[in-house]
Amino acid sequence: MPSPEDQYLDEAAGPVVRPYALIRGRTRATGEWLDLIAIITAVRGVRPDPSEMGPEHLDVLRMCRLPTSVADIAADLDLPLGVVRILLGDLQEQRLISIHHPIPPARLPDARVLREVVDGLRRL
Amino acid sequence: MAYAGSDQAGGPGRVPVTIKILIAGGFGVGKTTLVGSLTEIRPLRTEEPLSEPGAAVDRLDGVERKTTTTVALDFGRITIRDNLVIYLFGTPGQERFWFMWDELARGALGAIVMADTRRLADSFASVDYFEQRGIPFVVGVNCFDGARRYRPDSVRSALDLDPEVPIVLCDARQRPSCRDALIALVEHALEVLRDRPEYAAEARTPEPAP
Repeated sequence: MPSPEDQYLDEAAGPVVRPYALIRGRTRATGEWLDLIAIITAVRGVRPDPSEMGPEHLDVLRMCRLPTSVADIAADLDLPLGVVRILLGDLQEQRLISIHHPIPPARLPDARVLREVVDGLRRL
Repeated sequence: MAYAGSDQAGGPGRVPVTIKILIAGGFGVGKTTLVGSLTEIRPLRTEEPLSEPGAAVDRLDGVERKTTTTVALDFGRITIRDNLVIYLFGTPGQERFWFMWDELARGALGAIVMADTRRLADSFASVDYFEQRGIPFVVGVNCFDGARRYRPDSVRSALDLDPEVPIVLCDARQRPSCRDALIALVEHALEVLRDRPEYAAEARTPEPAP
């Protein structure tokens, strides 16, 4: 019999359904690399195919009616990042979302954006 | 959370410009406190395969099939305006989570490396990491209660920092102090980027006449 400190209880035991069961055991998203701060937007007027969708796919789509970052999706739905990336890969395959990759810092349109950030921070 | 203003601001196609900033430093140096002083913290979970060194640390008795471990990152967001948002990510402090760093550092504008003067050596690894990858960073010397105050010069020589790397004294519990550290970083990043040929070429493109 294990001593009490060996037992995993409640949250320490992990989710009742392991996250990777949701995505049928896949551990890697297909398709393009998704940055944590890439912005995802659900494509309007396209009906998802219910036979291909789990409730988590629909949760993601609902969140992305307005542009939302990958990190926000994972935090708000309380799903591990890897799982969210795979769900997004599925949605992208069905052309249900559009993805906007972040602009690399070296290609920010001009210095104005960063100056605006500094001014904005000063007002915090 | 989504960006309610984006539709009104620029039509449905308009998406926010997002900027990623990392908060790094050794375990227990005040990274979480700093993120929490600036914005609401939300945990971001990643499930990662247990690495060999991790396997020795994580107790596997009774959970033989546990082959992944959850790494929680501190994650916060500062909205500058509807279409301009800063994302802060606290890097995991333990060395066995180093593999997470490359994911986090990709496309980052820069980093604040938090340092505790009682344990400066804990910050070496972070300093090395950002130096090697050419990612702009500032060192935030966390002024804990009771910590002996060091002059920035002594911290610079102890950490062997290049002269252009800013050192800011900062109390991670105080919002204005954390904000100033963040401003120092963005200003530093602006200078570093300005000196790079690929940035200069883009930035010098003349703006169209209004």
